This record gives sequence, C-alpha cells and structure tokens, in this order.
Amino acid sequence: MVAEGNGGALIHARGLTKRFGSFTAVDAVDFDVQRGESFGFLGPNGAGKSSTMRMIGCVSPFDDGVLRILAMDPATDGPTIRGRLGVVPQEDTLDVELTVRENLLIYGRYFDLPRSVVRERADRLLEFVQLDHRANDRVEPLSGGLKRRLTIARALISEPELLLLDEPTTGLDPQARHAVWDRLYRLKQQGVTQVLTTHYMDEAEQLCDRLVVMDNGKIVAEGTPRDLITRYSTREVLEVRLPAAETTAAVTRFDGAADRVEVLPDRVLLYAHDGEAALSAVHALGVKPDFALVRRSTLEDVFLHLTGRSLTD
Amino acid sequence: MSSASVRSLQSWAYRYKRTWRGSAVSSVLQPVLFLAAMGLGLGSLVNRGHSRSLGGVSYLVFLAPALLAAAAMQTAAMEAAWPVMAAVKWLKTYDAMLATPLRVRDILAGHLTWIGVRILMVCTVFFVVMAAFGAIKSPEAVFLIPVGLLTGLAFAAPIAGYAVTLERDSGLTALFRFGVMPMFLFSGTFFPVSQLPVGLRPVAYITPLWHGVDLCRHLALGEASFLGSIAHVAYLLAWFVGGCLIANATYRRRLVQ
Repeated sequence: MVAEGNGGALIHARGLTKRFGSFTAVDAVDFDVQRGESFGFLGPNGAGKSSTMRMIGCVSPFDDGVLRILAMDPATDGPTIRGRLGVVPQEDTLDVELTVRENLLIYGRYFDLPRSVVRERADRLLEFVQLDHRANDRVEPLSGGLKRRLTIARALISEPELLLLDEPTTGLDPQARHAVWDRLYRLKQQGVTQVLTTHYMDEAEQLCDRLVVMDNGKIVAEGTPRDLITRYSTREVLEVRLPAAETTAAVTRFDGAADRVEVLPDRVLLYAHDGEAALSAVHALGVKPDFALVRRSTLEDVFLHLTGRSLTD
Repeated sequence: MSSASVRSLQSWAYRYKRTWRGSAVSSVLQPVLFLAAMGLGLGSLVNRGHSRSLGGVSYLVFLAPALLAAAAMQTAAMEAAWPVMAAVKWLKTYDAMLATPLRVRDILAGHLTWIGVRILMVCTVFFVVMAAFGAIKSPEAVFLIPVGLLTGLAFAAPIAGYAVTLERDSGLTALFRFGVMPMFLFSGTFFPVSQLPVGLRPVAYITPLWHGVDLCRHLALGEASFLGSIAHVAYLLAWFVGGCLIANATYRRRLVQ
C-alpha cells in the first residue's frame, strides 16, 4: 500500500480537464478532498459537476491534469479504486424487475463479496435506510424517495471509504429529501467521506463542510458555506417591492443604503450587513415599499452572484 | 473467463429467475409446434414427391437438425438485441455494473456467456424434442448441441456489438426484418440451397446460419465429413471471434466516455 501523499487527501486533483470533442466540460480544476469531510460541487446545469463526478468515479477517463483517488491512479487502478467507492448516480440504475433485497444481493456480488457477507449487510442496510419492511417487494412501483434510499443502501454494500452522490435528492418531495439528508448525516458521523453535487443551496448548507462553486467547467469559488457567504455576500439581505412607477427612479438613490443593489423584475435586493438599518435608510429617502423583508444571506445569494441569473439551458 | 465476468454472468441468471417459466414453456412449445406442423404436416406432402434433393430421408429428418440451428440463431438474436439495448440505455444495468470493480470486458464477457447459457438451454430442449419425434438417426447427433451453441454465438457477439451502439430500437427491428428473418427462411433450413436461383446461392453460403444448418444436418444423419465439419466450425468461430472484437470496441466507445 502506497502512503497517501498530499496531506492524506482521499481525492487530489490538479488541472483536471475533460473534453468532449471541441467542448471543454471541465476546465483545469484543482481540489482536494480530505478523509471524513463532506465536499460539495455546486453549480448550474452543465457546469461540469457530473463530468467531474464521473472522473472521480473512475468511469470516465480525463484528458489532462492529475487525479489521484485513495492515492491511486484511475487510469491504471480503476477497478481497485471502484471497489472502495460507493456511487449514487444521478439517474437510478436499479434492477426494477427484481426485489429491493435482490438488488443489494446482486450488487454485492459485483464486489466479489461472499454471499453470506452480502446477505448480512443487505439486511443491515435495509434497516438503515428504513426499507426493511419492503425488502421483498419489487422495485418498479416504489416511489422516487424509496428508490433513492435503496440506491444509497446499494452504494454502501461494499462499505466504501468514499461515497459519491450525484444530485442525491433531485426530484424528491420535502419529506423524502429530509429522510435522505438524515441518513447521509449519520454516515458522515460514522466517518464516511462524502462527495456530492447539487444545485440545491439548502442541501449544500445542510450537508457540506466545504464546497466549490462550478460554472462553465471552472471552479469559481471555494470554501465553507459560511466563508462563501461572508466573502461573496453580506450578512443580511433586504428585499423590497416598489410601486412599478417608482422602481427605476428609486433604485439610483439606494446606493448609499446598501453595499450592493440588485434590481429584479419583481423586486429589488439590497445587500447589507444590517438589513433593518438599510430599510430605515430606504424610508429616510421617502420611498414607501409595498413590501419589505429582511433575511439572512444564504448560499443561494452567493450562487446567483457567482453564476448569474440567466438561465443556462 | 475472469472471476469478474462470472459475477456479472450470475446477475443475469438472477434476473432470469423471474421469467424462466415462460421461457421454458416456449422453448419446449416452439420445436413441438414447428416439427409437428412443418416436419410432419407439410412433410407428408413433401415426402410424396420422393425428392432426391432431400438426400433420401423424410422431410422431418431433413428439417429438424436445421431448425435446431435456426432456433439457436433466433435465441441469440433475441437475447443480444433488446436486452443489450435495455442494459445500456433504458435500464442502465451496464452503468450500475461499471460503478463497481467490473470492467467493460467483464460486462461484455458476462453478458455473452449468459446468452450462451440461454442458447444451450434452447438447443438441449430442442434436441430432446427431436429425439421424441424420432428425428435423430445417428450417435453423432449429440454434437448438435455444441454446434447449435456455436451457431448462436456467431450471431450473439456481432449483434450485441451492434445493439450497444443504438439510440433507438428501430435498428433492431430492421435487423430482424432484413437479416434474421430472411436467413431463417432461405439459408437451407426448409429447403436445400441448391433450390435457390444460382445467383442467390452464394448469398446463402456466406450466412453463418447456413454453416450451422449444414453441419447440424450432416451430423444428425451421420454423414458429416471431418474436413467439412472443421471448415464449418472455423467459419462460425471466425464470426464469433470477429463479433467479440467488434463488440469489445463498440462497448468501450459507448460505455467509457
């Protein structure tokens, strides 16, 4: 076993690049993921998150740069590395004709685990994701949330050191999302390193110790959720809605009231350390908003600031 | 075969457990119906003509071994067409396998081996039905089962290699309409290729099915020559090996991006 260099990083990437023909999906990104942490890739659709995940998952060769996973080279040690990863893909790849339990039994065999071990782990994992009561049901009619939980259980059958989750809760209802988050939090407590992609800011704030924001194949920011808010937004945000006639005129006068002003079609955002003070300043200008709300800054503000508000597809 | 491909093979066997009853019934029913209708029914008319081109045997005895080869082809084509496309596109079974230590070549080898197992099942049942119809005239006929397997694999490998490239299954419908079906009808299964117009005979001779049909027929009648048999086997093997090479390339191109 080679000693893990790079300060013990489980994943080490430098200048990692992926091209599809003339299109550069991932453009020379650098990142390290340490053992035990939850690391997130945030970004709009098409930012290069899934391509990066597939390279980390050793199913997609990279075109340039350096990538080390568990101190091994994906180009030569792919099968060995994959044996130590758990993968929750964006689209479910379950065997829908088979039962919940059979899905785990088959998948465990791909990892060359003895049948008795797979059986024992399957029962334990079904309990963990609260699917033990559905163990002998066919997968096809299960809800999206149950399928996701089964996919997570399946990814854990090899007791991986590193769990890769590509948009783990996209398309789930709030109850199902919270159930998934709860399980992922427990895994983190057990010391399983997690790498996930998401475009849900609340998910990133819930799950990630550290994250990078990707846009157009590049990493545009990196840090803890709190760091990023401090660096790219203000502590609070004042949202006001003005009578239509006043909007354009009023906005030019708001400059002194906040650090940054953003005009949206339906409202105006004033980024300020103290939202109430900003509201007083607005009132002092003689403006009477139809509606005003002071809230804390979120990762969503950071995200939109960094990646823009225009639709990507 | 690597242990990894054996593990991927096991998963196909697992899935088959769900559907084996239906497939077992049809693999018995198919030869019974064909041998009864064509071999005995139509055969009763054919036999009256005392046709010399059948080699002086009853139509049933002429037809049965060839139908075994054709059944092997059809099983191979069915198993290598839609299931492969489903695994790559609709159900993403291959993607799930790829996220594990299995490699592309393990996935391909595992799936082709499974198709081979299915062909073997169909050929074995067919052989038993043939025996029940009294259509086996020589001890050499036991070789029908391995030759049927080889005939099937000669189709399974290239068809899997083709199916994995497709985005829509209209390509598979075309393959059956313009490839499998005409071969079934005109590659010497139901009547000797010598009955075809002279210009079309070479087309029949290059199809792998004709080689399987001809070899099976000679074996069943106890008339197979050593060199002739070797040539047929070599031709079928070439299709299988060539198909594997093509499939290995197309599987890589599709699955590793």
